[in-house]
Amino acid sequence: MVRLWSRDAVWCLGVLLTMTTGCSAGRGQRAETLRVRGSDTMLILAQAWAESYAKVDAHAAIEVAGGGSGQGIAALLKGAIDIANCSRNIKSEEVAEARANTGKEPKEFVVGCDALAVFVHRDNPMDEITINQLAEIYRVGGSLNRWSQLGARIPAGRDRIVRVNRQSSSGTYEFFRDHVLGKRDFQLGSLDMNGSKEVVDLIASTPGAIGYSGMAFAAADVKMLRVSPAPGKPAYAPSAANVLASHYPISRSLLVYTLGEPEPAVQKYIDWMRSPEGQRIVSDIGYVPIALGGKLTANTCGGAGAN
Amino acid sequence: MNRFATTPLVQAKLRQEALASYAALGMLVCILLPLFGMVGDLVWQAAPSLTWQFLTTAPTHGMREGGVRPAFIGTLYLVTISLAVATPIGVLAAVYLTEYAQDTWFNRAVNIAVLNLAGVPSIVHALFGLGAFVYAAQLGYSILSASLTLAIMTMPVIIASTREALLSVPRSYREACWNLGASRWQTIRAIVLPNALSGILTGVILQVSRAAGETAPIMFTGAVFYKAIQPGTLLPYALDEQCMALSMHLYTLSTQTPGVAASIPNATAVLLLGLVFLVNSAAIGLRTFLRSRGK
Amino acid sequence: MWRRWRKLKEAFIEALIRLCGISATIFVVGIFLFVCREAFPLRHNPDFHLTEFFLSIQWYPTSEITKRYGVLAMIAGTFSVTLLSMLMAAPLGLGAAIYISEFCAPRPREILKVLVELLAAIPSVVWGFAGLTITSRLIVRFTSADVGVNLLNGAVLLALMSVPIIVSLAEDAFKAVPDSYREAAIALGATRWQTTWRVLLPAARNGLTAAVLLGFGRAIGETMAVLMASGHAITIPHSVLDPVRTLTANIAAELGEAPAESTHYQVLFLTGVLLFLITFVVNLSAGLVIRRERRS
Repeated sequence: MVRLWSRDAVWCLGVLLTMTTGCSAGRGQRAETLRVRGSDTMLILAQAWAESYAKVDAHAAIEVAGGGSGQGIAALLKGAIDIANCSRNIKSEEVAEARANTGKEPKEFVVGCDALAVFVHRDNPMDEITINQLAEIYRVGGSLNRWSQLGARIPAGRDRIVRVNRQSSSGTYEFFRDHVLGKRDFQLGSLDMNGSKEVVDLIASTPGAIGYSGMAFAAADVKMLRVSPAPGKPAYAPSAANVLASHYPISRSLLVYTLGEPEPAVQKYIDWMRSPEGQRIVSDIGYVPIALGGKLTANTCGGAGAN
Repeated sequence: MNRFATTPLVQAKLRQEALASYAALGMLVCILLPLFGMVGDLVWQAAPSLTWQFLTTAPTHGMREGGVRPAFIGTLYLVTISLAVATPIGVLAAVYLTEYAQDTWFNRAVNIAVLNLAGVPSIVHALFGLGAFVYAAQLGYSILSASLTLAIMTMPVIIASTREALLSVPRSYREACWNLGASRWQTIRAIVLPNALSGILTGVILQVSRAAGETAPIMFTGAVFYKAIQPGTLLPYALDEQCMALSMHLYTLSTQTPGVAASIPNATAVLLLGLVFLVNSAAIGLRTFLRSRGK
Repeated sequence: MWRRWRKLKEAFIEALIRLCGISATIFVVGIFLFVCREAFPLRHNPDFHLTEFFLSIQWYPTSEITKRYGVLAMIAGTFSVTLLSMLMAAPLGLGAAIYISEFCAPRPREILKVLVELLAAIPSVVWGFAGLTITSRLIVRFTSADVGVNLLNGAVLLALMSVPIIVSLAEDAFKAVPDSYREAAIALGATRWQTTWRVLLPAARNGLTAAVLLGFGRAIGETMAVLMASGHAITIPHSVLDPVRTLTANIAAELGEAPAESTHYQVLFLTGVLLFLITFVVNLSAGLVIRRERRS
């Protein structure tokens, strides 16, 4: 009896497996899978697009994975994905690698703009900060490590500046290093979070913390500082208007890359991202839609991302 | 203890006994209190989202609302495939270790290898999965790569409990069968395996709970942040695609997704915990039932 | 004809069983060789020095100035968080095992064992989530710590994760002590505590050591919980309230972002080799201790 049963179980398992494989193989031919990978900053945006695009084109199944801007580009050069999200500009050595390996040029599309927002705890009395002060807080051998040096008193006697950072290969980290620290190294010992949401959450529960992330990660329980490009110059809040007018000093473009000319389905998806419908999602998520109708280049977003 | 002769010495002894007993109980409470505290807090926080819709809808509005259906189905995929790979290999490996292996240096090394496979950190399994399945075997980031990584990682669970079950089958059963002229494999198939079925099933069930909860090995091999799947399909993923998974979903919800109501990640955690507890209770129940029937 | 076919089938199945039997060995050796192979090109890499790897805390894998790959701070982080967790988990686990196996009535004992088993089943990502949302906030409220995600937080979670292993293995070790030992002690007028302390603990010594070692192995290899809840800062901790980064968490955080075949990627695999070796030694010694006990 028992023996019969166990033999049946084996058969059932086998049949089930074949079914799974068969069905999914059949389904794989029907729907076209677009693979998107890259920047963590753009992850929520890519997700929202994928979600809405399912209503536009029911045949496209879109996979969205994170991993960071560098990972997205690397996967693109290997041909493992169709679209790479990138929150920084592609590096010249990456372009060279693409040429050498595949003979194709990576093609860039601007799909939105972002301001790198600087956050502190909501009880922090500071309202604005200069780029220079940020650099002194974060860079190796920087001179600022107590809030009292900035003239701020943190409640509960926690004076030490808790630096919240991103892990060392995220596009946001590299952008901050290149445009705030002037390519110098970060001081070790900061809390290197894995995602921007974690940065904001940590700052919300840590009175002495300071951190940075894309503007879409703003939350009610943290305070966004206004940032001024140099001492004595006016400070601007990270808002859509200030980004488009190039006032905010640390803004950047949100980009997607394809390898060579995109295939029709990919092209259709990217066109849709840049259509009014796609751009409405950009502003819903909390980023800045690109100025529509104008010539779209990396300069669209102004600020430091333009170089 | 009799209370008639309570000399001071005996009193001290009894006091010591009581003290020790309470201290040991206190330590046990220290361990179990966080369990109840944590589960209670998670359920409390998750309460607003714990509905049937949570399980049957996809995440919407930039993952700020909606449910976990694609992640739940993805977890089922990963678990089923890893199970289908790990079970036969694991069971046969245990058969080898108990029925075939003699006590030679080689088999001692095999035993130590099983122990060590169970102890390899999950992140090293992830490294292996990424290097071996994703890149070297060219399976790419896919459900297949992730499931194979999980299968290798969870196989020791099956080996260990199958082995225990096989060892508990009395030797006299085997001898009786051999005396009838049955070969070694016939004995194993007709006598040993059926008698050890409960232990094997327990191992399989525990493997399910382990595979469902793992995050690190699938993070780099086949789990994605989001995948749009068609509503209503029962088998939405193909094996060479990537999928969402509950554990990965919990991780990304708590590190990547802004503006999520606290109840959603909490509900995901409760669902994952519920799944794992349910499966484990099934294993425990089965074990108790079969043990009581055996006696 | 039929008999030959059956013989062939049997030979085939036996070969299959033998193959599966050594599969665990193949996998362990395979994992090691593979992870080594990926790290191997570092040998010829001018940017990488093994002494720097072990003796420097400078971890700048993506620096624009000079890339540096030192993991000393993470080794310190891994060991500090694991040792602190063992300081909590070992006494608690042994105490709980003593209660369950010696002081408890049979019926509650079964329930307690089930609870411990459920504790062991909680996935590490759920622990990490709880560490992020529950314990870290408690730490900020009740201590003077600047941040809640720190060494103490990680160690508490690791202790809770490894304690079920210690409890169940230690309980097995106590169970393995023959009842005649207990009877002899009780006949001499010893209380249960005296029996436990003077007779069972020495008798079960090897099993208990193995239990703690395997708990240690589990804690040192744990990834998600420490990734989410221990602060992830590259410093050598000076107090239990400092944030730390462990080797495992470092791989988990950066592997996804290191392009394949880059030096950074290879260094992460080298870290994997290091981790593999550490856990291998820990598990091997546990295995040898168990074996010695079986033999005696």
